[in-house]
Amino acid sequence: MEKLIEDFSIGLFFWQTLLFLALLFLLWRYAWKPILNAVNDREKGIRDALAAADEAKKEMQNVTADNEKLLKEARAERESLLKEAREIKEKIVADAKDIAQVEGDKLIKQAKASIESEKKAAVAEMKNQVAELSVEIAEKIIQEQLANKEKQLKLVDDMLGDIKLK
Amino acid sequence: MMHNPLLRKFLLVLTFFYGLSVFGNSVEVSSEEKGKDLKTEIDEYIQHHLKDSHDFSLFSYTDEAGEIHHVGLPLPIILWDNGLVVFSSSKFHHGEELVTVGDNTYKLYHGKIYKTDSEGTITYDEKHHATNDKPLDFSMTKSVVMIIITGLIMFFLFRGLARSYRTNGGIAKGAGRFFEPIILYIRDDIAIATIGEKKYQKYMPFLLTIFFFIWFLNMFGLTPLGVNVTGNIAITTALAILTFLITNLSATKTYWKHLVDPLGHSMPWYAKIPLYIILIPIELLGLFIKPFSLLIRLYANMQAGHIVIMSLIGLMFIFKNWIGSSLSFGLAFAISLIEILVAVLQAYIFTMLSALYFGFASEEHDHEEAPLV
Repeated sequence: MEKLIEDFSIGLFFWQTLLFLALLFLLWRYAWKPILNAVNDREKGIRDALAAADEAKKEMQNVTADNEKLLKEARAERESLLKEAREIKEKIVADAKDIAQVEGDKLIKQAKASIESEKKAAVAEMKNQVAELSVEIAEKIIQEQLANKEKQLKLVDDMLGDIKLK
Repeated sequence: MMHNPLLRKFLLVLTFFYGLSVFGNSVEVSSEEKGKDLKTEIDEYIQHHLKDSHDFSLFSYTDEAGEIHHVGLPLPIILWDNGLVVFSSSKFHHGEELVTVGDNTYKLYHGKIYKTDSEGTITYDEKHHATNDKPLDFSMTKSVVMIIITGLIMFFLFRGLARSYRTNGGIAKGAGRFFEPIILYIRDDIAIATIGEKKYQKYMPFLLTIFFFIWFLNMFGLTPLGVNVTGNIAITTALAILTFLITNLSATKTYWKHLVDPLGHSMPWYAKIPLYIILIPIELLGLFIKPFSLLIRLYANMQAGHIVIMSLIGLMFIFKNWIGSSLSFGLAFAISLIEILVAVLQAYIFTMLSALYFGFASEEHDHEEAPLV
């Protein structure tokens, strides 16, 4: 201990304190402050960049999810559209069938009606013609028959006989 | 700095012991005993090396005529002796000559400057200590020069690093790049870990400066220049006093409250009285023991490292046979490697403990029950 105190140099102590404080000040001003600031800035930059990357990743995921959702929606819509189209088609076909049926029936009815009326007309015509023909024939026959007396008598007889039969 | 340590050690050995035989003589040339054996010589050389020196000697040699030549730089001697006295250390001729300035005569004796009469007489007390007056010595010694050199290296190195961030887009470039991880380590694992995220910033300049200052000076101590700066008690005292001052000047109310009332509200006041008779003196003593342990630890470690290395190198010359000498060479080499580790370790410990004390001092939150430590 005695030796330590004897070795202690006030001058060296003085210089050391002075020089160290000067060095501390100079380094503080010209080295440590800019170094620590630069390092802090850099670390902040890295942190920010990482956060931004994370954000971007999240956004990307969102976008992908959105895309998928849109795709799903589009698919569903297509499905529904197709389904609707099919339904419409079926309905149209069905409707067409019904209309055709009704129209057909109507036509058939009309045809039947016209056939009927034609038939009736034809029948009536035929009857008329048959009547006329019969009258003509009857005229001719009667004319012929009535040419001689005997025959006339006979005819009257026959006719009378017929009437009796009736 | 660390490349080829073998060559470095070899040069160290050469430098130390080329000068050894003559330097030992030159230092002791005026002392009474002349015919000393090698062991005493080595012992004295080590003692001489561990002390600060008034000139920057690189080596010395004896020429064929037996004259001693010293190679080195003279340094300014600055004394306060009822007025400023300045002259070059070369005037002392390594202690061989007296220097007369005005009415006063000064003599360099065992690395210290004494005021003597015109004959250069040194008077001794019964313990063989010189009793002459000592003027206040503010000389630019070898240690001061090394501090200035280290300071300049640090300044240019770290300013270069600081500039490279600006010029290189926030990325370190150049020699300073090697130190960036260390700066970050000190910030993250020393300052933030012990002081906390909120307050560490104001202590950072001191912690960084003290770490690199001690580390670089420790490393310089391992070079062939062999300057034992951090192994000097005046240096470590100055550093520890700064830590002490910063600790206590930045201390919060909590810290002082804890100092005078360490147990807080954990027990009633009448129970605390007998405990506090013991506890408070311990706490107050701890205030001074903390920086004191810092200064002694650094001083003793560096001093011991230098003594061990130099003793082992000295052994080579005592053995004077190839087995013993190579063994001690190998040992000296191994210890040198350990010393490189110790150099950074001691710087780390000093910084870490300083940060720990700052952490204690700047603690904000109130302990309801303080631990009994």
